[in-house]
Amino acid sequence: MSARLWTILRRDLARLVLGGRSGALLPVLFFLAVAMLYPFAVGPDAPMLAKTGGGVIWVAALLAAILPLDRLIEPDIEAGFFDQWTLRGISEEAVIAVRVLAHWLSFGPPLMLATIPAAALLGIDAYALRTIELGLLAGTPGLAALGVIIACMTSGLRGGAALAGLLVIPLAVPLLIFGAGSLASNASGSGENGLALAAACSLVLIAIAPFAGGAAIRAAREG
Amino acid sequence: MQECRIAAVDLACRRGERVLFSGLSFQLGPGEALQITGPNGVGKSSLLRILCGLLRPLAGSVEHEGEIGLIDESHALDMALPLGKALAFWQRIDGPADDRLARLGLADLLDIPVGYLSTGQKKRAALARLIGQNAPVWLLDEPLNGLDAQGAELVQELAEEHCRAGGVCVIASHQPLAMQGLRSLALAEFEQ
Repeated sequence: MSARLWTILRRDLARLVLGGRSGALLPVLFFLAVAMLYPFAVGPDAPMLAKTGGGVIWVAALLAAILPLDRLIEPDIEAGFFDQWTLRGISEEAVIAVRVLAHWLSFGPPLMLATIPAAALLGIDAYALRTIELGLLAGTPGLAALGVIIACMTSGLRGGAALAGLLVIPLAVPLLIFGAGSLASNASGSGENGLALAAACSLVLIAIAPFAGGAAIRAAREG
Repeated sequence: MQECRIAAVDLACRRGERVLFSGLSFQLGPGEALQITGPNGVGKSSLLRILCGLLRPLAGSVEHEGEIGLIDESHALDMALPLGKALAFWQRIDGPADDRLARLGLADLLDIPVGYLSTGQKKRAALARLIGQNAPVWLLDEPLNGLDAQGAELVQELAEEHCRAGGVCVIASHQPLAMQGLRSLALAEFEQ
């Protein structure tokens, strides 16, 4: 069983990370483009950029995580992959758990890497950068799980991709508040609380994702 | 081949507001084949999806022993990958494939992306996936669609061989099949 899941993970990674046009590159470029455009938009006020830059990085990360949603689940349902896996006794839950991991690997670590040049563009100091990176480490797994849940629920709907983006944004607000909040409160020394809460949100979402996603895929078959 | 059978007990199926069929029962043991016939929209595909557990019946139940292999209109192969790699994914899931693959006429196509293959070639590829699965129970939904005359003959040969080896085969098709010992079930008789 685990060998089969490993095979599925390798396929997911090949599709989501290295998938050419649809790979990990597009979210990273989008993310860097936001970091590059922000100073142009607000002007060369270095202290202001450094103060607000962390929040911009978080918003950009959230939006970049939404980009791959339409090809996360829908194409595999359409092509019958989920049906074939189910026939072989590979549960939807297991496939979804693997998919959450693959989705996170496709945008989480790349965005954390891209945060370093983005921080340089925004004039963010090393200490704040460390807090941002830790916050992304705590928050992006939750974003991945949330993205997969929503992608499962909107698969098969007309205009599902646009709807998925709209649904993820409000549900990601807690992650954003705690993750980016760890920056604001860091001056007073309580940044760890924000990180811990972001991590807690991530854990809850990761725990729910396989079951919510699996149920959504089974429900879509009846439709 | 492992022990296998499939039985439908008093099945009923509803799609939307319509009950497509009800009171449908049959039983197939090792080596038996059944063709589900009927016009479009009578519920052949829905019946096959109920048989393999992907769709819940409105009433009744399905009992089966042995893994189920399904061919339907979706081929479950990565469009962007060359055919060889797309099939290799299923080989890693199902275990190594046997020599029957060569008969499907795919040997020259292994480097071509699945997206560029014709409907019939994709159907042959899906058959290769089915054979590689080594499932004792075959459910084939319109397996002749898109295939040329030689391909259609090949499907029936493969199904016959599968049954001779002790497998079970259920074929939903509106086209006449020339397989030996094929039972037939007209779905329209169970229509509401």
